[in-house]
Amino acid sequence: MKHTLVALVENKPGVLNRVASLFRRRAFNIESIAVGHSEQPGLSRMTVVVNGDSARIEQVRKQLDKLINVVRVSDITAEDIVTRELALIKVKTTTATRSEVIQIVDIFRANIVDVAPDSLTVEVTGDENKLESLLELLRGFGVTEINRTGRIALTRGGTAQANRL
Amino acid sequence: MKKTGSQILCESLIKEGGEVFFGILGGALLPLYDTLPQYPQLRHILVRHEQGAAHAADGYARVTHKAGVCIATSGPGATNLVTGIANAYMDSSPIIAITGQVARPFIGKDAFQETDITGITLPITKHNYLVTDAAELARTVKEAFYIAQTGRPGPVLIDLPKDVQQEEVEFAELGEVDLPGYRFVSRGHSVQIKKAVGRINKAERPVIIAGRGIVISQAYNELKELAEKAQIPVVSTLLGISSFPGDHILNFGMIGMHGLAYANMAVQNADLIIATGMRFDDRATANTKQFAPQALIIHVDIDPAEIGKNIPVDIPIVGDAKNVLKAMNKQIERGEHLDWLTQLDQWRREHPLVESGQGDELLPGYVIHQIHEITQGDSIIVTGVGQHQMWAAQHFLYTRPNSLISSGGLGTMGFELPAAMGAKVGQPEETVWCIAGDGGFQMTVQELGTIAQEHLAVKIAIINNGYLGMVRQWQEFFYERRYVDTKLWNPDFVKIAEAYDIPGIKVKSREEVTPAIQKAMDYPGPFLIDFVVEPEENVYPMVQPGESLSRILERPKPEMASSR
Ligand SMILES: Cc1ncc(C[n+]2csc(CCOP(=O)(O)OP(=O)(O)O)c2C)c(N)n1
Ligand SMILES: [Mg+2]
Repeated sequence: MKHTLVALVENKPGVLNRVASLFRRRAFNIESIAVGHSEQPGLSRMTVVVNGDSARIEQVRKQLDKLINVVRVSDITAEDIVTRELALIKVKTTTATRSEVIQIVDIFRANIVDVAPDSLTVEVTGDENKLESLLELLRGFGVTEINRTGRIALTRGGTAQANRL
Repeated sequence: MKKTGSQILCESLIKEGGEVFFGILGGALLPLYDTLPQYPQLRHILVRHEQGAAHAADGYARVTHKAGVCIATSGPGATNLVTGIANAYMDSSPIIAITGQVARPFIGKDAFQETDITGITLPITKHNYLVTDAAELARTVKEAFYIAQTGRPGPVLIDLPKDVQQEEVEFAELGEVDLPGYRFVSRGHSVQIKKAVGRINKAERPVIIAGRGIVISQAYNELKELAEKAQIPVVSTLLGISSFPGDHILNFGMIGMHGLAYANMAVQNADLIIATGMRFDDRATANTKQFAPQALIIHVDIDPAEIGKNIPVDIPIVGDAKNVLKAMNKQIERGEHLDWLTQLDQWRREHPLVESGQGDELLPGYVIHQIHEITQGDSIIVTGVGQHQMWAAQHFLYTRPNSLISSGGLGTMGFELPAAMGAKVGQPEETVWCIAGDGGFQMTVQELGTIAQEHLAVKIAIINNGYLGMVRQWQEFFYERRYVDTKLWNPDFVKIAEAYDIPGIKVKSREEVTPAIQKAMDYPGPFLIDFVVEPEENVYPMVQPGESLSRILERPKPEMASSR
């Protein structure tokens, strides 16, 4: 099963390497990893999606927690969470197909961020299902490039992760 | 006041109690070493190989309960430390490894003797640092000692570029260590402790498994109180051996692959296990699926990640062994367990540790036994890895706390000599016996030079079986005696010692054993004895790899043994 781990980490050189190295060392395959500044100065928030049974994920979570630069880490899979991912998708278009692609993009409330004579670049945010559905439809026109951020996640409601733990 | 990075490092080491350090200099450390004469309180011990520096720091740390420091230059010096750092990591030994690094402008350029030592040691250190600003150095050293010595101890590496050593910065007093991502739980959760005590009070066949965590937290008295009050037998892992007196009636010895038969039987028949400061290493548990099949398992460890890692646990208690046992002792009821102890005593009588020979051949167990007799157990024993390590674990009666120093988790041949050296530096008043394998001894033999130069009175007993004995035993048992490349051509070890100005004797028969050990003890300096023992003596009992701890192979009866 896919688990979503969210970690608050110190924003120092090498921290991403420490986290990634730990996953490798304990034989876990990272599905996606996304990291950026958090609300607290000097700390970044990292979202890691990883596959495995609960016992093994708990083991890796505890190992992550032992890293000095990891301030907090939790497995929020079972909690009420909001997850999002952003993708940029370049689709082949011709004068004949362009308007159809635009219609699909509209239905998904996605945006067109670049237009060229023979392609459109689409920006879409949402959960993985939404991204996959849109991709599925666009593939029919010919997708030449995709860049995805990987999942980011927050728990719903007022309390921040930092205060809860 | 302005100080150089080198001065800051020296003063920080003094402040943190790291006055003694083992190392070898090189280009990237010249500024630091040039500063050493300004600090006569510091004692640098020049070793012959950086692996020796790391093992010495490890041995020093284990006998002093504080961090040991080792130091190496950039590139090959740093990589030579790696085995020693990994060894300390596996056995939770607090060492501080300081490495020189090329100057900052050269980092990332594949400069001469540049190596990414923080990258290399990432998975084998508790934490590591690359210091890029001399103003950060004092805080870094303070944090490093704090991290290494607290919680579950472990190695911390500080990589120090040459120009940072030379950089002059304002040296300010430091506040407290502030590490938001570093926490450890010392006190066990009271609800968990209560739950555990409730079950212990009701248990009929309880067993305590003592690990190195007891030694690290110095919970000897607490362990003894628990065992005595509730009348619970104690077994131990290899590294837990000197956590409970060897001559105590409740001590049933070491468990595991070469554990005593009755120790393993105790675990396999227990209805409750209190595993304290141990991590269910596979050499201790054998097949984990069949480990202690009838037992409810209480696991006390300071590292939450150890809970449930190898064995499912019924009642986990995260905390420092000393605190947790103390809390348990307050609530534990007096117990008797007469039937259980009678049963264990019977197994102890029925399955004694026996040696193969009856004649006058020189057997390794006898040698170890005699070292015990002559020292009266008043010695720190440091071993390498292999058969001699197991014999040292089995045949010496460890009555003193923390008197066995051995490479457990990594199983590093060559640990013995430098670790003994470090132990002697850490406890100069104590007798230190290095029980060496003839194979392992040759992996770090050059430290005889350090021992001679520093006049360290380490007593060395080489258990010379002419083989990489433990591997030979596996070839005998599992590869139909095909001894591929386990036979050793050995030099004359006594002559080697003499070349280092260390006296020695070769011992080939039983009668020579006692006088030789006595001579070594009487001699005021380092002394080496080359015990030429039976080459094909095996270590028994043995639980074969993959088997359950219940399937104990004991020594065949003499007639079978002599037919070999
Ligand atoms: C550095 C290292 N290399 C290889 C091994 C594998 N190994 C384990 S025991 C052993 C034999 C050790 O020989 P010796 O030091 O003579 O001890 P003995 O078993 O003969 O007592 C070997 C090669 C090891 N543990 N460590
Ligand atoms: Mg040998």
